[in-house]
Formats: sequence, C-alpha cells, structure tokens
Amino acid sequence: MKLNNTVLALAISTLILTACADTEDKDASLLDGSQAGVNDASTSGLNNGSGINGSEMGGSGMYGSGSGGAGNLGPEFSDPSNPLSKRTIYFMLDSSQVQQDFVPVIAAHAQYLLANPSQHITLEGHGDERGSREYNIALGEQRAKSVASMMKIQGVSESQIGIVSYGEEKPAAFGNDEAAWELNRRVEIDY
Amino acid sequence: MNFFKRVLFLGLISLFIVPSHAELTISVTEGMESALPVAVVPFASTGASVDVSAVVNADLERSGYFNMLAEQAMTSRPSSAQEVNFKEWQALAQNYLVVGRVTNTGGQYDVQFQLLDVYKGGQLLGYKMASSQADLRRTAHHISDLIFEKLTGKKGAFSGRIAYITSSGAANHQLQVADADGFNPQTIASSAEPLMSPSWSPDGKRIAYVSFERKSAAIYIQTLATGQRERVAEFPGINGAPSWSPDGSRLALTLSKDGSPDIYVLTLASRSLLKLTKNFAIDTEPAWSPDGGSIIFTSDRGGKPQLYIASSQGGSEKRLTFTGDYNARGSFSPDGRNIAMVHGNGGSYRIAIMDMASRAINVLTSGPSDESPSFAPNGSMILYASKKGGTGFLSAVSIDGKMQQKLVFNSGEVREPAWSP
Repeated sequence: MKLNNTVLALAISTLILTACADTEDKDASLLDGSQAGVNDASTSGLNNGSGINGSEMGGSGMYGSGSGGAGNLGPEFSDPSNPLSKRTIYFMLDSSQVQQDFVPVIAAHAQYLLANPSQHITLEGHGDERGSREYNIALGEQRAKSVASMMKIQGVSESQIGIVSYGEEKPAAFGNDEAAWELNRRVEIDY
Repeated sequence: MNFFKRVLFLGLISLFIVPSHAELTISVTEGMESALPVAVVPFASTGASVDVSAVVNADLERSGYFNMLAEQAMTSRPSSAQEVNFKEWQALAQNYLVVGRVTNTGGQYDVQFQLLDVYKGGQLLGYKMASSQADLRRTAHHISDLIFEKLTGKKGAFSGRIAYITSSGAANHQLQVADADGFNPQTIASSAEPLMSPSWSPDGKRIAYVSFERKSAAIYIQTLATGQRERVAEFPGINGAPSWSPDGSRLALTLSKDGSPDIYVLTLASRSLLKLTKNFAIDTEPAWSPDGGSIIFTSDRGGKPQLYIASSQGGSEKRLTFTGDYNARGSFSPDGRNIAMVHGNGGSYRIAIMDMASRAINVLTSGPSDESPSFAPNGSMILYASKKGGTGFLSAVSIDGKMQQKLVFNSGEVREPAWSP
C-alpha cells in the first residue's frame, strides 16, 4: 500500500481547517443519487370513536429498505491491509474532528474517487445515544461534512459525495455503555 | 420528604378489557405521601364492553394525587348516593367516594356518576352522559378529568393522547398515537427507515414529523383522521425538529441547506421560509412560546449546546441557560412560565425545568439518559423518554418532581413522546 505523502500532509492540514469552521460549503448537490430505490412509508388514518371521523385509509404495509448496493468494487476493498477496506471513521464524544488514525483511510478513499470520477459515495453521519436526538442529527451531519471536506480538498468533486445524517437513529452497536457509544459515533462511507 | 413506592399493573387489568390493545403498562413509581384517600365503587353495569369505573380508578391512581381503595376492602357496592351509608366509608377512612352506573339503552349507554364527600355526606359532582359503545373509554377519561379538577383544582389530562415513535428491530419504525393511559395504540405511519420528532398541531388534528423513508430527511404533515399527508420540507441536508406555531399557521424547523443547521419558520399557506438564525454553529430544536412571539432553540455557538431565545420574527437572540454543560431540546409550559429541557452534567442527561422569571433550574429526574420532554396540556406533568437496560420507555414526572410514572411497552423501543394539546 502506497500513500502519497503530499496527500497525507494536505489531509492533515484539512483537519485544522475543518476544526476551525465548516462554513461556506454550499451543499446544493448533496441530495442526488440517493433517491434511487425510493422508500415509501405507509400511513394510516386514526381509528377513533369520537370527534374525529375515523375513516381508515388502508396502509399498504411496510416497504423494505432498498439496499444501497456495494456495486462492483475491486478486490482492494476487501483486502484488510488496504485502507480502502476500512469504510467507517470513528469520532470522539461531541466532536466532529477527524482523528489522526483515520486520515490515511479518508485519503485512500479520496484517491479512489479521484481515479474513478464516475463513482459516487454517500457519507452517513451518526452519533451515540446521549443527548437530544435532533442535536445528534446536527452533530452527525458535521461529522460527515468533516470527512467530505477532507476529500474535497484532495480534489474529489462535490458531485461525487452525498451526505445524510441519521444522528442516533441507526446505531451500529446496541448498548448503553462507552463500548457501544464509541462504535456509534461514526461516519460510514457508502459506495 | 418521604415518598412511598407503589406499583399498579394496569396492563394486567387491561388484559380482561381489550386484549388486542393491551400493549402498554403504566406504573406509578413514586407518589405523594399526602395522597387523598378515594374509593371508586365498581359501577353497576348492564353489559358494557368497557369497565368504566375501572378506567376511572386507574386514571386517578396513575395521577399520583390519590390513594385508591382496593375493591376487596369495600364492604358494600352502592351505585347511587341514596344507597350510600357514609359511616361505613368513614370507617374505611375514605375522604371521597365515587358511585355510578352504566345502563344499556339499546345501542347507546347512559353513564351516570356522583362524587361524594364522605365526611360531609354530600354530593360534590353529579353527571349523566350518553355514550356510544366506542366512546366508553373516552367517557370514562372525561369523568376522571371532572373528578380530578373538582378535587385538586387543576384541569385533568386524562382525555388527551400521546404520540411517540417505536421500533421493533432496525428496519421497523412506527409513529403511533395512543390514549393518555396508553390504551388504543394505533400506528399512523410506518417505515423501514427512521421516523422522528412528532409535533402536534395546536388543534390536535395533525402531526408533523421527520421521515428518512426516501433515504434523506424530509418533514411531513399528516392528518390523523384520514392518514393523508403532505411533504412540506425536503431540502438538501437536515430537515428536522418541526414545531407548530401556537396559531397553527407556521412550522419552525431546522434546515442545513445553506451549510450549518439553522432555525427557519415555514408559513404553511404560502410555503414561504423565514431564516431565523444565521450562525455557523449548530442551531436546532426550535419551540414556540405560547404567545407565538418567541422561539427557543438549542445552539452550540458558545462551544457547548445551550438554550437560546429569539424573536419569532427574527433577531434579539439571547442565551438562556448557563448552568450545566449541556442544555437542549427546550419546550415551554402551556402557561409560558417554565421551560422543560434535557439537562446534561457529567455525562448524565436528566429532565430539568427552568423558571423563566428567576432563571433557576430544577432537575426533576435521575437520568442517566432522559430526553424529549413534553408538557401535559394542563402543565402539571412532563412526559419524557428514558432508558434502562438498553430498553427505551416513557415516563412522566410532575413539574415539582414529586410524582413519577413509568409507561412500559411490552416490546420494542419507545421514544420521543408528544402529549396532544
């Protein structure tokens, strides 16, 4: 595995930039390919005896979650010695700052995206269960944006990166302790 | 202050009433020592499908204000004031007595009840009301409201409903609405992707919520009676934290379409957006003051999440909370005098209340992961979500912190309660 040193240096300097402010990113292009495989929700009327006229509208059952599909990724993505095999970036409590350990991972994915300009990814931001849910949505988005801006500084096109934050709504680990929490404070790189 | 602990398994009773809906168990985990002794005599009934007096008894017990006499301890079963021997109830140390009957009038029911003062030997309340079979539970809750108000001077909150999110498994999320006693839970929306942040319209007919069903966040408004809904916000990035204005015409919400999450006000008729905050930090979780003039929100502009207040027209932003290292998800009490919030300190998150006049914060719950406080429409209780042993459940606490109720669902994770107006 070879890592371009300039890229790494750039990536590290991005750390400082993102820590200062994630400011003028206009994310008009963030809502994009993720609409493929649209999921509906089913809704129902409230069947209530009084006051409200409870004409029930038949919900049409649940729709399965369309899997994003890993697509046809090369063998480097499943080679444990290749940083591309790592697709989860972990964060400290209440922080959206990328830790040093994950800089090479993000750099490797950025290199891959640069070499494959038609490849699109979604960065899924997540948080642990502590604190309020909507605040955790905001925190998850900041985490995803930290990763996105590191990739963009390396030249990845904004149109290749989608961002969605699920906050604490999609935990990777269930449990009410630090062991679970640290696995849940994360950004998943979804090809 | 001494508290006594008692547990009432309403769910066990409910098994005999409506088995298919008995999903929720409510227990009073802490009540007041000074609870008033009240006896609700089982109503004389001709074939009603709902045990009206049992519902009333459970409502009053659950409020924590009353110490209810067990049925086995009763020495007679009067169904009207004329049949009551007050000495007998004085001997049982009861202050108040409720008697009544439910009469089938051919498809309809006549429900009558009397609230009696045992020591004065007189009637405090007496009502006769007609009810359809389907409305019997609702009628019972209405009776509870009348009794509660007469005995405490405060409006009852037994007739309301609660909305909440529940999940069974990672790919099954539901928005449900149930009666305030947890009965009659009905799923109004379900999705394989997360649902969040239900907010009632002031008339109680619609609910705004966040859905990730299209693999990104969007805000929907759903009409309860029909199940029909409308997507009102789907901008790039966060579409979150909807909060209905007191006049029902606008929705405050969080959008991150310009970069960082900011508070906006969406006018529903025109779909015009007013950007309220313009800060590079996180601004989210807007909630209106009851007069509609102000909006409180969570912001980390000072480093840590704290509550701020702004004019709902924009401007005059001021920080409200300075105690504790995390204060978030504020909401006003119906009288506007208090704000409930998630108060974090040393890694423990509890429900706290702030007096708007003195700015003093009173912590009401023990944590460690309490969230999503929602005031009862009468302002006496706060419903919130809690977690223990990995299971999420709902609890309610009185605003003085003296009474606690726990609402436990048989299965699945329950969170984000919202008490109907």
